[in-house]
Amino acid sequence: MPYGSHTEADRTEMLAAIGLTSVADLFEDVPESLRFPALNLPAPLSEQEVLEEVRTLAERNWDADHHACFLGAGAYNHFIPSVVHHITSRGEFYTSYTPYQPEVSQGTLQATFEYQSMICDLTGMDVANASHYDGGTALAEAIVMAMSVHKGQRRSVIMSGYINPQYREVARTYTQGAHVRFDGEQPALGLADLAARVNNETACVCIQVPDFLGRIPDWADVQALSQAAHAVGALLVVSANPISLGLLKPPAEYGADIVIGEGQPLGTSLSYGGPYLGFFATRSQYVRRMAGRLVGETVDADGKRGYVLTLATREQHIRREKATSNICTNQALNALAAAVYMAAMGPKGLRTVAELCYHKAHYAAAAIASLPGYRVREGEFFNEFVVSCPRPVHAVNRHLLDRGIIGGWDLSGDYPELGSSMLLCVTELNTRAQIDHLVAAMGELS
Amino acid sequence: MTEPTIYELSRPGRQAFSLPKLDVPEAALPQSWLRSELPLPEVSEVTLVRHFTRLSQQNYSVDTGFYPLGSCTMKYNPKVNEDAAALPGFTRTHPLQPVETVQGNLRLMYELQQFLAEISGFPAVSLQPAAGAHGEFSGILMMRRFHADRGDEKRNKILIPDSAHGTNPASTTMSGYQAVQIRSDSRGNVDLADLAAHCDDTVAGLMLTNPNTLGLFDEHLLDVTRIVHECGGLTYGDGANLNALMGIAKPAQLGFDIMHFNLHKTFSTPHGGGGPGSGPVGVTDALREYLPGPVVARDGDGYKLVMPERSIGRIKTYQGNFGVMVKAYVYIRMLGAEGLRRVSEDAVLNANYLQERLRRTFALAYDRRCMHEFVLRGKLEGAPTVKALDISKRLIDLGYHPPTNYFPLIVPEALMIEPTETEDRETLDGFAAAMERVADEARRDPELLHSAPHVTPVRRLDEVRAAREPRLRCGH
Repeated sequence: MPYGSHTEADRTEMLAAIGLTSVADLFEDVPESLRFPALNLPAPLSEQEVLEEVRTLAERNWDADHHACFLGAGAYNHFIPSVVHHITSRGEFYTSYTPYQPEVSQGTLQATFEYQSMICDLTGMDVANASHYDGGTALAEAIVMAMSVHKGQRRSVIMSGYINPQYREVARTYTQGAHVRFDGEQPALGLADLAARVNNETACVCIQVPDFLGRIPDWADVQALSQAAHAVGALLVVSANPISLGLLKPPAEYGADIVIGEGQPLGTSLSYGGPYLGFFATRSQYVRRMAGRLVGETVDADGKRGYVLTLATREQHIRREKATSNICTNQALNALAAAVYMAAMGPKGLRTVAELCYHKAHYAAAAIASLPGYRVREGEFFNEFVVSCPRPVHAVNRHLLDRGIIGGWDLSGDYPELGSSMLLCVTELNTRAQIDHLVAAMGELS
Repeated sequence: MTEPTIYELSRPGRQAFSLPKLDVPEAALPQSWLRSELPLPEVSEVTLVRHFTRLSQQNYSVDTGFYPLGSCTMKYNPKVNEDAAALPGFTRTHPLQPVETVQGNLRLMYELQQFLAEISGFPAVSLQPAAGAHGEFSGILMMRRFHADRGDEKRNKILIPDSAHGTNPASTTMSGYQAVQIRSDSRGNVDLADLAAHCDDTVAGLMLTNPNTLGLFDEHLLDVTRIVHECGGLTYGDGANLNALMGIAKPAQLGFDIMHFNLHKTFSTPHGGGGPGSGPVGVTDALREYLPGPVVARDGDGYKLVMPERSIGRIKTYQGNFGVMVKAYVYIRMLGAEGLRRVSEDAVLNANYLQERLRRTFALAYDRRCMHEFVLRGKLEGAPTVKALDISKRLIDLGYHPPTNYFPLIVPEALMIEPTETEDRETLDGFAAAMERVADEARRDPELLHSAPHVTPVRRLDEVRAAREPRLRCGH
């Protein structure tokens, strides 16, 4: 058996040491009639054979190395510097457990502490936790936290319909036992409409910036919404694209109380949707209501600086049914990747990535807008934009696939009011040649 | 030596990135939205690599030594798994790609669903949950919807043994149910009388880890699941300890209705310093339409994503932790049925071998044959001041990761030991000798234990200060 260590002689001697003759004797507590069921699984493969098999499967996919990819909608095709993989591939990092024994876990603890610090810098917030599963579950936990801040007295949540539809679905899944009233997802409600719906039943107002359609809101509107929420004591929850924060003002500047988001763009590969990274940051005053792990700085018995998991009285292994969340395993290795990515990029690199995305997306949008039959929705956007197409989106995407291009996200399911529209995303990995190819292919349909 | 923080290493103007030049005309930037500063660190690439490499060297890991952490299944993480998951055909696929362009991914997921179904006996599996606790939460939400669909709104309780992981009661609360604790009996089983006394038409279900967190297979398991079913409740199996059962028993046949799998325990995917994991859930036929989705189904010769009809909904974005699934798939393909059974047999053999030797020195919490792990009392006669924590910290000096301490909560001064199947006899003997040495030192020189560890980059840390004056980010 691969990965085992025992020879038959080892087993016999070890069994003898415990007074048994057969391995089967170890399992007498298992009901006899149900013991040792046959498992119908394919015959085992060697390492060479299994690699051949998975390579065949992997090569059956279209991947973003071999095809121009213009899909975003919550998962983003960004360049990952080589240092990221090399650090996260160190066995000392990826084969360790949660750092419950701090003296032998300073590596994970300090790296997580640095990750928390960088998320604070990026979002402008005071504290960040060690991670959630992804952006969607981070939004759900933000809503749960906002309700807890109001001690369960407020049941209404205003959630913009322009938050990633999958995040909104996850938020509803999470809160189905909590009697939450969601409002704000009706078609075409802008930030001013959301502000008008806030009242003293509102636990929190949740928005996404840039929103799911890529739009950057009017600065005055977002401030007005923030003020409206705070006037009644509601929390402002902002879902942010971390790359956009290399360029755009951090949510703290417009009054966010909780900032969450999908951390995948920070050094985690697309990997068909996971493992990703939910980041979560808030104000100091709410830290004890926060879910998830937190690393804090302290000193050891000699007064030397060191790091520990702290404020654990919020967590399930201490507080059980009274915990702020059930989260245990999180996305530590993805948080490490994000820390390495942010440190590699620094302020200048992140700004450059954000600007490359911005300029290339605007170049693509302008070219598509000039095509007959296509229309690009107006307004400020970051690196995603809505294109109204002359044919059903699936037909346009089919045509693009024939040209070797992975097209945009079809919005007709989640936003039927937009008609035949797709959400296109452009990142620094999309070259001008790829964009020109896309525009030419789209121009073949009208 | 104290490693500086990445911020302390930062110097203005240094950089570790290289990006292409802009190849399109510039567009006007949104002036009112431009941020004025971003105080991230600025370091050169070599500084960055040395910093994180030095940090890695301050970690204990499975790759560097024996990690007998009870309930965590710290088995060896095969390297081929990592190579497979890193194939660009997997890592460079977008989660929203048209299904016809990701048939390789979907086929792998479909096969993994089938493998897990076969191993557990549950006919339907969803791979969506991201971790064990996430699978638990999904399971309890499924119970909730199942009862609601039958108009059975009175049920508001989940029964949970006192030996359970903290995630069980926490998942219960998040689902809007009340957690009710059930006692364990003197042999570490669910106390049948206490269970029966709590079973009525307000019980939504039971959550049970089996083998339980004491490492014991419940001697009345079939009675436990029957009693809960008789009052109309459902049974949730916490699959954290499935490493003891592959090819030994199928949880569905033991009377469970729902169970999660920890791919990062049983199926050898690495723990990553606290994640990512993956916590698929399996269910009986009666519950299959409640699974979180999407799940993968056959579609002619190919595969598609479908949302089960009465699904509790999405429990996370996209399709689950796909990269972790690739590793578990490779593991199952490498081992096959016989290999998986051998895994469980050797895991249980190793635990019993170690228990047999250590019982001469330490008191067993429950004097029974164990499954894949066991619990000792970390209290030694003749060493009144020495605690389980002191024993744990001294083991670090001797080159071992400590066992889980202070869990399960029902055993005072618990030391919970799970050797896993991948360790050889010499490693187990070496660890046992170290435990015996520590017991001896505890009596002769207790201060040596109180002040341990002595060889680590830092000594015992002031956790009270960390919580009283929280410093949760680098000062700069």
